[in-house]
Amino acid sequence: MAEKEEGVKLIGSWASPFSRRVEMALKLKGVPYDYLDEDYLVVKSPLLLQLNPVYKKVPVLVHNGKILPESQLILEYIDQTWTNNPILPQDPYEKAMARFWAKFVDEQVTLIGLRSLVKSEKRIDVAIEEVRELIMLLENQITEKKFFGGETIGFLDMVVGSMIPFCLARGWEGMGIDMIPEEKFPELNRWIKNLKEIEIVKECIPDREKHIEHMMKIVGRIKAA
Amino acid sequence: MTEKEESVKLLGFWASPFSRRVEMALKLKGVPYEYLEEDLPNKTPLLLELNPLHKKVPVLVHNDKILLESHLILEYIDQTWKNNPILPQDPYEKAMARFWAKFIDEQILTLGFRSLVKAEKGREVAIEETREMLTFLEKEVTGKDFFGGKTIGFLDMIAGSMIPFCLARLWEGIGIDMIPGEKFPELNRWIKNLEEVEAVRGCIPPRDKQIERMTKIAETIKSA
Repeated sequence: MAEKEEGVKLIGSWASPFSRRVEMALKLKGVPYDYLDEDYLVVKSPLLLQLNPVYKKVPVLVHNGKILPESQLILEYIDQTWTNNPILPQDPYEKAMARFWAKFVDEQVTLIGLRSLVKSEKRIDVAIEEVRELIMLLENQITEKKFFGGETIGFLDMVVGSMIPFCLARGWEGMGIDMIPEEKFPELNRWIKNLKEIEIVKECIPDREKHIEHMMKIVGRIKAA
Repeated sequence: MTEKEESVKLLGFWASPFSRRVEMALKLKGVPYEYLEEDLPNKTPLLLELNPLHKKVPVLVHNDKILLESHLILEYIDQTWKNNPILPQDPYEKAMARFWAKFIDEQILTLGFRSLVKAEKGREVAIEETREMLTFLEKEVTGKDFFGGKTIGFLDMIAGSMIPFCLARLWEGIGIDMIPGEKFPELNRWIKNLEEVEAVRGCIPPRDKQIERMTKIAETIKSA
């Protein structure tokens, strides 16, 4: 046990959903870690560029000298290394499905979700519809379940939670969009309420005002590019 | 044992590296399967039913369970048929294999295919950018028979199906020697090793047919 708990460092960013989800996992499993915050909109530290030369992004986990980039890979590594409070299903098919939906969120939902933030007023309704179509698939996945992981939070809750309610939704709020209204998405709204009750999740939610401001900066950057 | 070997179906396409790598894994583990070839771009009703979200091959159906996405399928196969394991046991090694697999299907595919064909900054720059990425892989395979070690693994199947047996056919078709022996001795050595493996040999698309196809696709991308 002592060997594993030596030297866990997380290089992350307070505003990054990819980074926050890793913190959720570490906290859930009670793993002590040193945290280094990157203000990535400003500049990337030499340390980050050294640890992640391929993608130059947060988060990066360093454990006993081993360097792990990519949030989903880090979550899986954490789950295999600290086996208490497992976050991935044991069954190979269930595991594949959790990974499938995680990929869907980080790729499609994020792409279309960010796009909806930069649409002009006349295009916004179409953009909203596109996002909602994707999110409806998640609504179906969470129906009648407390969490995506079942009775307790798991991998998919951390991926979806960090990205949708605690990141993209702040962007939508900043732009005055009610993307996931309760009458259209009762299950997801219920799930969000459940999530917000969990102590370790609460600690990993970026401050709302600051985050909305941050998302608006990102929107500005995308528009200017 | 019998329960697992019941009804394995694979919907695939002869030229798809994503599909071929799944066949490598099934063959390596000796899993009998029914193969259904899609006549792309015409998609069968079955494909659209099994993969309504992405409408893509490969799709694996195992005892009514539907698996999508080649990496996820490979991992599922490895956990279900435990002989000839293709992923490392060690969590860190496993993470690294997955990291490089993602890198290949994202960075190498984008730079070595679309960006290269479009060559917005010129052909030489596109080649250099692709080679820069390939250098990461050159390092990874240095001193090893395969990415997986002594025998082929997950990363060999992904890199093999994508690079020598797919992208290289494009590069050949448009007259680029992307991975010359003198710049990439380790990758070239690895390719030779790969070509000797039984499970791989049966999953290599026919060279001329594929060069023709990749060249056509390149033309479509260029004129788009």
